[in-house]
Order: sequence, then structure tokens, then C-alpha cells
Amino acid sequence: MVAKFRAPGFYRASWTMVLGLAFAIAVTWLVRNFTGHATYAHYLNEDAVLTVALFSVPLAFLAGIGGFDYWFYWATGRPTRPEDHSGHGAHSWKDYFRINTDHKVIGIQYTVTSFFFLLVGGLIGMLMRAQLAQPGAQFVDANTYNGLFSVHASLLIFLFVIPVFAGLGNYVIPIMIGAPDMAFPRLNALSYWLLPIAGVMMLSSFLVPGGAFADGWTAYTPLATDAPLGQTFFSVAVQFAGASSIMTALNFLVTIITMRAPGMSFFRLPLLVWANFATSLLVVIATPFIAASQFFVLLDRALQFNFFNAGKGGDVLMYQHVFWFYSHPAVYIMMLPGFGIVSEIIAVKSRKPIFGYRMMAFSLLAIVGLGFTVWAHHMFTSGMAAWIRIPMAITTAIIAVPTGIKIFSWLATLWRGVLHLDTPMLFALGFLTTFTLGGISGVMLAMIPFDIHVSATYFIVAHIHYVLFGGSLMTIFAGVYYWFPKMTGRMYDERLGKWHFWSTFIFFNLTFGPMHVLGLQGMPRRVATYAAKFADLNLFISIASFALGLSTLIFVYNMVTSWRGGPHSVANPWRGMTLEWLVPSPPPIFNFDRVPTVVGGPYEYGVPGAVHGILAPAPSTVGAGSSMVRAPSP
Amino acid sequence: MSRQRSILLAVVLALIAIAIGIWLSYTIHWFPPEASVQAHNTDRLYHVLVIATIPIFVLVVTVILYSVWQFRMKPGEELKDGPPIHGNTRLEVIWTALPAILLLGMVGYSFVVLYENEKRPAREIDIGVTGQQFVWTYQYPPSVTGGAPINSYKLYLPEGESVDFSMRSKDVIHAFWIPAFRLQEDVVPGIVTHWRATPDRLGSYPVVCNLLCGVGHSLMRSTAHVVPEAQFRAWIKSQETTASTGAVGGNASGGASG
Repeated sequence: MVAKFRAPGFYRASWTMVLGLAFAIAVTWLVRNFTGHATYAHYLNEDAVLTVALFSVPLAFLAGIGGFDYWFYWATGRPTRPEDHSGHGAHSWKDYFRINTDHKVIGIQYTVTSFFFLLVGGLIGMLMRAQLAQPGAQFVDANTYNGLFSVHASLLIFLFVIPVFAGLGNYVIPIMIGAPDMAFPRLNALSYWLLPIAGVMMLSSFLVPGGAFADGWTAYTPLATDAPLGQTFFSVAVQFAGASSIMTALNFLVTIITMRAPGMSFFRLPLLVWANFATSLLVVIATPFIAASQFFVLLDRALQFNFFNAGKGGDVLMYQHVFWFYSHPAVYIMMLPGFGIVSEIIAVKSRKPIFGYRMMAFSLLAIVGLGFTVWAHHMFTSGMAAWIRIPMAITTAIIAVPTGIKIFSWLATLWRGVLHLDTPMLFALGFLTTFTLGGISGVMLAMIPFDIHVSATYFIVAHIHYVLFGGSLMTIFAGVYYWFPKMTGRMYDERLGKWHFWSTFIFFNLTFGPMHVLGLQGMPRRVATYAAKFADLNLFISIASFALGLSTLIFVYNMVTSWRGGPHSVANPWRGMTLEWLVPSPPPIFNFDRVPTVVGGPYEYGVPGAVHGILAPAPSTVGAGSSMVRAPSP
Repeated sequence: MSRQRSILLAVVLALIAIAIGIWLSYTIHWFPPEASVQAHNTDRLYHVLVIATIPIFVLVVTVILYSVWQFRMKPGEELKDGPPIHGNTRLEVIWTALPAILLLGMVGYSFVVLYENEKRPAREIDIGVTGQQFVWTYQYPPSVTGGAPINSYKLYLPEGESVDFSMRSKDVIHAFWIPAFRLQEDVVPGIVTHWRATPDRLGSYPVVCNLLCGVGHSLMRSTAHVVPEAQFRAWIKSQETTASTGAVGGNASGGASG
């Protein structure tokens, strides 16, 4: 029994978390005592204790489940445990609930956790639509409603779209490049376990006095600096989610650069790998900015630093610049991996090479570069210096060019192909149409006079849902169906998949299409009630959104039943060429029993006798771009 | 059906779809009333954008539907592959250059509209706007009233006269938006922001706070009354008596500390 409490796991975490809380109490008591708070006759202040505890308890939890064990052992000079690969593979469902260094286990942990938060975030969205079905108060008061849309957006951005792509990438990328695992397996495990912490923190903010953070996911100051305690939960949760994405991005970069199989030059990489490479560059450069913005807010809140207090010389607009310097690139962080998924699926399902492979790769890099030059288009009406609008409008229009190149190249890939219209392909084609609409409304928003009218209205709500739901989520569904046989070794139900696609596609458009009109007509976003003239459209949208929510149940049912009892899948059900289809479904613990060698491009469909990779050791003469395939690193 | 005939059919259908789209864009009642000179310009820009982008959307959808119709796998083709086309440099140059030109054209036209909307007219009146949780107040300086400054919960604007709003916040960020004018800007603590409009249609139009400012945000609304010059003067007169008794606290230069 004692051993249970000493070994890494939830038992040990239960007492380390108590220690973490004790630490928070002790530190705040000491600091407040020695800095004069004694005069207030309360050494203990629950806001102060909670602010520190939001850091110390999660870190104690990570220490408890063993996230830092290896590094503690190494740092203290104790013998580190010999790598016996016991951390690899999952033999029962319990293995998904502990620190596990296998990228395939982590990929599934990431994906399932993210989908859990999709369902929670979606339910919150339906609550919002229930409130908005009629003008006037319906179910919740204004403060709770503000909390609902803030948590809805934060969960779906930080706990769903960003990490689910990291999850799919985690599973697929090492296999696609012919590596046995990620470059840093322990860092990979740690980055996963930061996620549920961030999610639980955001959700638990509903329980604190004053309610959940209610200033939108943008948390503009000075509203956020003066907000009740719930806001601190947002600021700290973003630190954990952000740290998680930076760790994963670094891991992807190093893995892709150093662990490619012999013969896998950069221009033989599947476009999904290119997309995650580009995304990871965005993440490592941009994410520190949102971390900084939220640390500023924390310091303002907890210690009166007055960064954003105009009355004390603070600069209110500075927050928005720092925030959007991350949060605009974040839009591409949430889209580029989806571009990668769609490239894989459209090539395989059209039975044709991807059209203009190099332009597809270069346009990703162009988006990375341009993505850092457009942030202030979120601030056209913010009161910033007027001239900044002009260059930002030009770059915002220009960034549509590389995106357009990708859309036209996908269309050209379809042309004269042999289209297999199964569920992943339907989602990919659905993505093409809805994302094009979202792109077009985005271009319109670059036009300053028009943006001045619709900024912060339901037109914006429509636009971002066309981009993130019609765009990202469609690609995520496509990717999950596409790799489901590889990840689980079983086939999903094709008929249910098609039902899921059509219900999602139709009700998505019925839900978010009319929001464009609402915005143009003058309905602001983030309101708990609205003028009576908007009532009819809002009721229509609410009904459509409930149907959209229900359509997700088809997906959940299909995934759960197929995973438990679907027919077994062969190694390569789609006749794909990329390396993940050369290994069994699911793949063996170290992915490849023999070292693969890459001998050609990834999409040579229709080329007689073309092969992308072979499961054989590299001949010693293989040159350019190849690197050592290492033994699984400890 | 031969390839040429099917493509011809698709092109014809696409053109019909484009025509229907443009017709719809003119029939659908997109906007609230156009009550300012700027609103005419912005609505024209919107229609130009819609007309320019409908063909692009129709093109994408047509290619997808045509491919689904003509290229979907038929029974017996389960193991067939398409032709190994890797790319076409000329095509790629075209679909890089043409959208770039179209986009720069659109953004150029939007700058023309922006300049038109924001240029300073020879004559304009100055009205102060103060946002605080969760009300709007309006300040009419002596240059407008011709006497003592007025501070009011009501916004009256003379028809046909350019107005420059100087906006201040007493607490958090708000956004001063009059949808019928198609104009808004944030009201930011610590700085004074501006926008100008020339109301040209009589009537009463909603004023909306369009930036989340706290629990009362959704009810932070007011009304802009656009009235003939004579009626505006009469209203100013009537206010001067109430203003002296301090109907709204604060003063005409705006309550926000700078």
C-alpha cells in the first residue's frame, strides 16, 4: 500500500497536491505577513492563495503522476531508471491514464481529451443558443452568459482545435517520416498532461465566487484586470495550455528535422508533415506573446503593476497588440495542420499526385511569414494610430494569395482523378466549400470601411465559425475518420459516417450562415439579449444549432462502437503510399520492425511502379536529406 | 456525354449561379437604413466586394460538383488510378497572379472609400461622447450650443452637417457604434478617439455599445435622432435650461480623466 503512494500515479498525486496547496498557503501567508498586510488583520486572503495555488497544485500534480521523475533523478545524481521501454504501448485502458512516453498512446490521449472538451464546449454553445432563442433573459443572467461564451471560445481554441491537431500529428508524424517515436518522448508526455490541467482550470472557474471569467477569450483590459477571481483561472490556464503547445511544437520541429528515415528529403515529406512543421514554427515564435499578455494581466491583478491602468500611466491598447501578435498567428496554428490533413486525403482519395507539391509547401511557409504581419486587422476600430490600418489591410489581402493557391491546387488534384467519395473525402470536400466562404468573408473584413461597420458583430461570429468549424473542424473529422483504422485497427461504420457528414454540413450552414445577415443588420456579438427585430433569425439559428449539436452524437456513437467492435482493418485500407500505411494497423510499439527507406515522392498515384518507401535497410549510398534513424531514445 | 459538352454545361450552370447570386445580393435586405453619407459609400463597397467574390465561390463549388459528377469512382474502378499530373507552371502562375491583382484592386478601392469617409470637411460640429458602464452621455461644447455647454443622455444630430465625435471612457473599453451610419470606434480609457459622419436621413437610429464592457453590456444602448437644423437648434435651446440645473452631472468637456 505504501508503495502505491510512492510510485508515480494518481495515488501519489493525491498527497503531492495537498503539499502544493500547503505551499501556496505558506508562501502567501509569509509574503503578506512580511510586507505589511498584518495590519489588515488577515494574513490569509483566498484570492492570493488561489492565485499561487493555481500554479503550485498543478505542478505538484505533475510531480505526483511522475511527469518530472526522470529529471529529478538525474538532477539529484540518483541512478535514472534504465530504459526498459515499459513506458511504451498501451495494454489496457488504464495505460491511457498514466504518464506514457509512446507517441501513439500520447496521440490518442491528446485526441480523446480534446474531443471531450469539444463536447463540453459544444454543449456550452448550445446553452448560449438556448439563451439567445428569444430576446430577453431566458435561462441565465448576463454575468453567467458572459462566462458561457468566454469559456466556450477558450475551451474550443485552447483545449480542442490546437491540441487535437497536436494529437493527430503526434500519432501520425513519426510514422510518416519513418521514426520510431518523437525526439523527446518524456517532454511529449509532459506536454500532454498540461492539457487536462488547463481544461479543468477553465471549467472550474464556474465554481468560484463571481463566476467564470466573463470577458471573452480575448480578455481585453481593463475589464479583465478588474474582473472577479474567475479571470485568474483564464490567465493561468492559458499558461499551461501555451506551455503544452510550445513543448509539442519544439518536439515536432526536432523530430521532423533530425529523425527522418534515410531518403526522406524535405521535398519527399508528406504535406501533413510540412503543415505541422510550418505550424510548429508559428507556435514557438508566437505563443510566448500570449503567455506574456496573460502574465501582464496577472501582475496587474495580483500586484497592481498597472500595465493597463490608464489612470496610472498604463497603456490599454498595448494589451491588444501583444495579444493579437499571438492570436492572429493562432488562426493559422488552427488551420495549417488541417490543410495538411486535407492534402493527404484529397491525393489518396482522388488517386492522383497532389497538384503543385512544391507550391503547396512554399505557400505554407508564405503563410507563416505573412501571418506575423497582419495582427492589427483585429484592431481596425480599436483607436490605435490610424496609419497602421493601411499596411495591415494590404498584408491581410495578400495573405489570401497563398491560401488561394492551396484551394486551387486541391481543385486541380480532383480534376480527372478517380474520386472515392467516402466519409473522409466528403469532409475534405465539405471543408473546401465552407472554408472558401470563410476565406471570402475574411478578405471582405480586410476592407477597412466595411470592417468598421461589422467589427465585433455577428458577422465576425459567422466568419470565425466558417473558418474554425467549417474549416478546422471539418478537417479534424476528415482526419479522424481517415486514420481511425490505423489508430484503432478497426473500421468505422461508413453509413453512419456519411450521415454524420451530411447532418453536420447542412446544419452547420443553417446555423452560421444567417449570422452574417444578423451582423450586417447591426447585431453585436457577446450580448445576452438583443433588439426585438433580430428575434426571428435568432430563433431559426438556435433550432439549427441544436440539430448541429445532435449530429455530433452520430459521430460519438460511431467512434465508440467501431472502436469496441468494428471489423478489423487491414494495414492499408485506402491504398495510401505514405509510410504509415506500410505498417500494420495499429502499428507495432516502435512503428517499424525494419528501418524504412524512402525512395520517391509521397503521392505518386498513377505513376506505374512508383513507390514512396520500402521496409528495408538503407543502402549505404543513400544521400541527400537523410539522417540517422536512431534507436528509441531513452 | 462528351467531356466538352459536360464542361460547357457546367460553365453555363455556373454563369446562371453567378447571375442568381448577384441578383440575390441586391434583393436580400442586408443592411439597416442608410442614414449617413458614409453609409452610402460603405454599402457600395460591400456590393462591389460581393459581386467580385461570388464568381470565385461559384468557381470553387462548380469544380467540386463537376468533379464529383464526372470523376467519381464507378463500379469496376476500385483499383484504378488517375493520370499522374504533378502540376502545371502556367496554371500556377495564373492562380497566384490573378487573385493577387484582384485583391490589391479591392483593397485599393477600399482605401478610396476610407479616404472619402474620413476626410475632414470644410465645416463640422464637435460632439463629445462619454461611455461608462452602462450608459452613454453626450457633450455639446459652446461651439455648438453658442452658449453654455450641454451634457445630455440624448443624442440629437442636425441633418446634413458633418459631426466629429470625440469619445472618452470613464472606466473600461466601450465601442460607439451607430449601425445606420456604418461607423464605429472603440472608446478607450486614457485616450480620446474620433469618428466623423454626415447624417443625411431624418429619423431615430440605435446607438449600440459594441465592445464587451461587463454585465450590462447588452443593454448599453441609446438612440441617435437625426433632425432638421431648426429642430436641432430648438432642442439645444430647450436643453440649456435643464443643463443649468445639472440634469446629468459631469461637464461638457467630457468626464473622463485623460
